[in-house]
Amino acid sequence: MASKAKLVLIGNGMAGIRTLEELLKMAPGAFEITVFGAEPHPNYNRILLSPVLSGEMRLEDTILNDWDWYHDHGINLQAGRKIVQIDRARRRVIAADGIEAAYDRLLIATGSNPFLLPIPGRDLPGVVAYRDISDVEQMLAASAKGGRAVVIGGGLLGLEAANGLLSRGMDVSVVHLHPWLMERQLDQVGGALLQKALAQRGMRFYLPKQTEAVLGETHVTGLRFRDGEEIPADLVVMAVGIRPNIELAKAAGIHCERGIVVNDTMQTYDPRIYAVGECVQHRGQTYGLVAPLFEQAKVAANHLAAYGRMRYEGSITSTKLKVTGIDLFSAGDFTGGPEVEEITLLDGTYGVYKKVVLKDNKVVGSVLYGDTSIGPWLFQLLRENHDIGEIRAHLLFGETHLGDAGHAGHDQAASLPDSAEICGCNGVCKGTIVQAIREQGLFTLEEVRQQTKASSSCGSCTGLVEQLLASTLGGVYDQSPKKKPLCGCTDLTHDEVREAIVAEKLLSARQVFEYLNWNHPGGCATCRPAVNYYVRTAWPAEGLDDPQMHFINERAHANIQKDGTYSVVPRIYGGVTSPAELRRIAEVAERFQVPMVKFTGGQRLDLLGVKKEDLPAIWATLGMPSGHAYGKSLRTVKTCVGTEFCRFGTQDSTRMGIELERALEGMWAPHKVKLAASGCPRNCAESTVKDVGVIGVDSGWEIYIGGNGGMKVRAADLLCKVKTNAEAIEITKAFLQLYRQEAHYLERTAPWVERVGLEHIKVRVVDDPTNRRRLAEALDFALAQERDPWAAAIEGHLDVHAEPLARVAP
Amino acid sequence: MTATPNDCMNWMEIGVLAEIPPLGGRYVETPRGQIALLRNEADELFAVENRCPHRGGPLSEGYVSGRIVFCPLHNWQIDLSKGEALPPDVGCVKTYPVKVEAGRIFLSLDAKS
Repeated sequence: MASKAKLVLIGNGMAGIRTLEELLKMAPGAFEITVFGAEPHPNYNRILLSPVLSGEMRLEDTILNDWDWYHDHGINLQAGRKIVQIDRARRRVIAADGIEAAYDRLLIATGSNPFLLPIPGRDLPGVVAYRDISDVEQMLAASAKGGRAVVIGGGLLGLEAANGLLSRGMDVSVVHLHPWLMERQLDQVGGALLQKALAQRGMRFYLPKQTEAVLGETHVTGLRFRDGEEIPADLVVMAVGIRPNIELAKAAGIHCERGIVVNDTMQTYDPRIYAVGECVQHRGQTYGLVAPLFEQAKVAANHLAAYGRMRYEGSITSTKLKVTGIDLFSAGDFTGGPEVEEITLLDGTYGVYKKVVLKDNKVVGSVLYGDTSIGPWLFQLLRENHDIGEIRAHLLFGETHLGDAGHAGHDQAASLPDSAEICGCNGVCKGTIVQAIREQGLFTLEEVRQQTKASSSCGSCTGLVEQLLASTLGGVYDQSPKKKPLCGCTDLTHDEVREAIVAEKLLSARQVFEYLNWNHPGGCATCRPAVNYYVRTAWPAEGLDDPQMHFINERAHANIQKDGTYSVVPRIYGGVTSPAELRRIAEVAERFQVPMVKFTGGQRLDLLGVKKEDLPAIWATLGMPSGHAYGKSLRTVKTCVGTEFCRFGTQDSTRMGIELERALEGMWAPHKVKLAASGCPRNCAESTVKDVGVIGVDSGWEIYIGGNGGMKVRAADLLCKVKTNAEAIEITKAFLQLYRQEAHYLERTAPWVERVGLEHIKVRVVDDPTNRRRLAEALDFALAQERDPWAAAIEGHLDVHAEPLARVAP
Repeated sequence: MTATPNDCMNWMEIGVLAEIPPLGGRYVETPRGQIALLRNEADELFAVENRCPHRGGPLSEGYVSGRIVFCPLHNWQIDLSKGEALPPDVGCVKTYPVKVEAGRIFLSLDAKS
């Protein structure tokens, strides 16, 4: 048997080990792995050193992978052994004590070094950097004796160190070269507010001040500034920045600039050598936050596993300062300039400052101080390149003030008690989530979903869970990676999968899984219906609609209930029925002993508690088409009585509702689609909380889109006014076809409209009649491929497996 | 009914593999209650009690992928080879011996676990 390929990792930190974790998931056993780490510890969470310093956490709580983890995965860990040379010709790495290891693939994750000012006295005892466990141990030892600490550097790390030492009872001063604090994350106003808040806690500031020398004979005694001023100190912490640790790579002749230069696959100029983390320079950028490093880790692992599919394309990062009681958030580019606009709010008394920087009606950066509750939302708008034209006036007040948002996800999760229920579907409390994030080292929404179930059902608490991640992890947490994979089976996004289906003419979900190298050839509950949907929309005629890709409801053509029975909702166009239909429904209910007959929220009749075996016979007896109440498809068109009987009606909304329902019957979509037609502005059919709603006015119809009355209430937007039923129907078709083509699976029209902006839709559906007709025709073509599933089942063209495979007699 | 010599189990023929859709399942009514038969993409067949340990969902209606079935009610994932729910959920279902010979399915009601 050929021996396994050897992978050596230099650097036992977060980026390197994360790469190994990803690699072990993708290709377990592909490599014989050796890890060299200069520190005598297993992999720990460096970002949590600040809470350790301030006394909020213990050192042992920061361990991410304990010794057993390495052992269990057969990894040879050489902790405390520093590699001093890479011999590329012989493909070996050499440690300080002479130990060597051979590699076929080498991964460099040497991180960064704290930058130490090149000034006299910097080597004196009592001068420390702020980077690793030993630095923290030195600071803790010094703080135990009390006295005066001076932190040089008023950036993120410096202030966290200063705050930690302050809470350990030291007298703390911060020296900073720049006129205001955290200038890389804050503008001048934000910096001043932060300084004021920290000064109130007892921190002293010297800025702008340049340090010229560290004073002292055998131990540090103070600092001297360039202007001659001297201040006393018993401990000096240098936190003036980090530099990518590239010496080893450079000495081995690997191309480096500021960092080790890598391409989009995280490969260095030596094809056998990959690099990830803070030591890396990618497209001219270096990164010091964890979220981008984890993205890099995923890409590097993908290529080490020889999948060769992913590319790292850089990251947008956001920052949060982990100083308890101080809320600060910044993201993107907030420096301003000629082409950008700024929206600001400053309340000096309450210490609240909000600034959003816009370019072409898109968020490009933001600084929040004092109230950061809208941070995750702004960051999402930034990442998704969201057009904020319509919400501009409310932008600084957050998503909660948009329309009639039902339960706002963006309350201050941080201020909730541990016992507060976050996830109502699965009954998960805040305390459970926070504990899981801390103890199990979770970093992403997906991990929290997996470990705690929170946000894994209806998803309406996603915002809250993201806030908990952000407040627990601080700067580490990037609300969600820039590229959100469709599911855990792939690294590709919804849009990338869609493009591949069109470009490569992939005609079935299983073909997609195979062609795009799905991690599990059978997919999962998330990707199966989504990919099947994308195949069908891309290839309505040729694409295979595979029943096994559908959720049970769409295979049984009935809605599964909690006890395993089903519900049956026949289609009643516009909610208008007849004595004959009612008689048949009553007969079915009696003959099959249906436990409950009920009107639905959408004005239809629901037969609940039906046994699966009875479904085909019930459908046959009813003699009515499926109401699709179980599908990601057109549900109902709710109507009011309109001019026919109502003395206020201005239009025949009942007729309109029936016409719409007939025109769209059988339409499957990314999610359920509900319509309504009201005969006058009194809007009795509630058209303004529907995916599409029409409201009769004297001159014709107003068409509303993107409304929602469910999980999160959203008032619909007025798309346009038309004169005739035919126009209303064509516009509805065009709008829904655009939604079908562009929205992600399981995205309702409401979030989709918010994502792409009303303008995007108006341009394609209202302003351009040719495009409108083309869209409507595309929908007609797709609908022409469909037939009523209940009729198909009765005629034997569709097997819903109503009967058991066998009955074994006792 | 076929039985191999070293095979003392009580096998019953219950149908043919072609009646079970790949990546899906069917169920059988038995004196021990419903038993789900689940077939994956590699044509491996599993027989487990047709009740999710969570709220009793019919596993025969779930998504099958690899050795996992996703319960249709609340998406619990059950490892079919062990009959155990995947973490963080806890619970188990009985598994039953099942084999396919020449496309015919044989089930034994002597529960493995």
